[in-house]
Amino acid sequence: MSTTTRQIPDRLTSPLSRALKSWEALLLVVAVAIFIANSLASPYFLDPWNLSDASFNFTEKAMIAFAMAMLIIAGEIDLSVGSIIALASTVMGAAAAAGAGTPSLVVLGLGTGLVCGAFNGLLVARFGLPSIVVTIGTMSLFRGISYIALGDGAYTQYPGSFAWFGQGYVWWVITVELVIFALAALAFGILLHRTNFGRMVFAIGNNATAARFSGIRVEKIRFILFLLTGLMSGIAAICLTSRLGSTRPSIASGFELEVVTIVVLGGVSILGGSGSILGVVLAALVMGLVTFGLGLLNVPGIVMSIIVGLLLIAVIALPRLWTKLRL
Amino acid sequence: MNLLKSRETVLGVAILALLALIASRFPGFVTPSNLARVLTDTSPLILLALGQMAVILTKCIDLSVAANLALCGMIAALMNGAGVPLPLILVAVIALGAALGAVNGLMVWKLGIPSIVVTLGTMTIYRGTIFLLTNGAWINAHQMSEGFKAFPRTVIAGLPVMTWIALAVVAGVAVLMNRTALGRAFHAVGGNPHAAVYTGISVGRTQFAAFVLAGALAGLTGYLWVARYAVAYVDIAGGFELDVVAACVIGGIAIAGGSGTVAGCVMGALFLGIIKNALPVVGISPFWQMAISGAAILIAIAFNATSQRETGRIILKQAEHLT
Repeated sequence: MSTTTRQIPDRLTSPLSRALKSWEALLLVVAVAIFIANSLASPYFLDPWNLSDASFNFTEKAMIAFAMAMLIIAGEIDLSVGSIIALASTVMGAAAAAGAGTPSLVVLGLGTGLVCGAFNGLLVARFGLPSIVVTIGTMSLFRGISYIALGDGAYTQYPGSFAWFGQGYVWWVITVELVIFALAALAFGILLHRTNFGRMVFAIGNNATAARFSGIRVEKIRFILFLLTGLMSGIAAICLTSRLGSTRPSIASGFELEVVTIVVLGGVSILGGSGSILGVVLAALVMGLVTFGLGLLNVPGIVMSIIVGLLLIAVIALPRLWTKLRL
Repeated sequence: MNLLKSRETVLGVAILALLALIASRFPGFVTPSNLARVLTDTSPLILLALGQMAVILTKCIDLSVAANLALCGMIAALMNGAGVPLPLILVAVIALGAALGAVNGLMVWKLGIPSIVVTLGTMTIYRGTIFLLTNGAWINAHQMSEGFKAFPRTVIAGLPVMTWIALAVVAGVAVLMNRTALGRAFHAVGGNPHAAVYTGISVGRTQFAAFVLAGALAGLTGYLWVARYAVAYVDIAGGFELDVVAACVIGGIAIAGGSGTVAGCVMGALFLGIIKNALPVVGISPFWQMAISGAAILIAIAFNATSQRETGRIILKQAEHLT
């Protein structure tokens, strides 16, 4: 991994011009452009109910992406999020099959997420193991437990009231998931950008050693971040399971890739130390609009995944290519 | 003393203990013919793990190897369908695999993009390309020529060709790692990139070479896989990249780069291969395999971390004791 030197300019440009040149502004332009292109390409795009349905493309992934953004800013990564969803969904399914009611299902979903996050956090923060291998391991372990429990079967007997999380509407076309997404965005935005905790996350991501010497309990914060990612995966598991109404061990496979893509597309540096929740929100919208637009044009899912992969590489490669060619 | 504490000895003992445990209930598992079958079954994992080892040594990771394998396997099947002779197919898949690896390597080398991001992206792109080529259609056994399917299974001196190829590659990579400048460069770049630059080694170029090696091996394995299982479709070897990384981690290849041996890597792959083959024999559902390899990865990294903490990065240990 190459070390980068950061240039600090003598004089800061005005806040307005910085805001206009920011990654977030670029994302906003892209989102608006895709929105216009989509509404021209398909007459069905601007229908409010269609748009409301389309929001499911990104709400569950974006919930996790907020926590993942903080984790990546702190210089760690969690590749096990899709598997945490699978395990949480399996636990909820087993409980529902045993006759558990909706409140206990929610508690079990959140609890499983927290336990998985704590397990990752313990291995990384307490034993000092590299997060990428730990979470590659737990990615197999968590989903593996789902496979042991379910094999090629499925849980489908969820209580009727449980459907509210993934299929319910709060008001008109505003889905429950969209509200959870907005609340999560607000909460993580405040946590990252307006609290001491958020400043510590940035400090750890920029220089963990310096952060430790300035009195930050680096391990504790890392542990909390894994816990948060587990919790958000648990919430996403509740939403996804409720929306699908069934649990198979292969549920949410490939989520980790899309969550990391949203985070990186949102301008969070994969090397840690910089990023914003606003960027992640906009990136989630862009991803949702792209997949929805392509879906309306009957593009198959695997071709969309090519586009997501290209998008991931392009958004990181283009700025680097640009600076390389200019210098 | 050093031999007793070495990673390879511990792993070797673990493998023997595992075999003894299985043999205590199912003696048929440890007959030479069955062990040869396990070795053959593990050959693709060994081949990919050797390539991944080179990549991990240079502080990178390649998550696209399984997708690369699947794409090259599909191309091999398509070429066979078009009547291309087998030697040409072999050359083509190795070249194509190397080229796909080179794409990863170039982005890491020339643009400085972290390898995990590059290969997460190319993983989906390579696999998606198979769909674009075939529209999701399968190529089945009856659409492949007999020679195409028979080559990896042809038995020479008691072992199938596929196993001989794996053994030859093991020998080749061992020579590369221990007897060539490039092999030393892989270790040097991962051990200390800054020091490597001062000794005149280009970090980026070495990483590029590692990706090309991993890609070429994935391409070769792509043909072997498709010919052995006599089927090619979009999802072959799905998730196999995790097994490959697991084999390396279990084999003691340090994920932070710079340390690891060919013997460890091969034993890591064999360890997973034995478990995979033993599960149905012992009567455990194959659905356990994913959780077991996950647990094996976690135990292995925990073990790596504790054993590395003791020896640390002390170079010239003997010299230190003398002074």
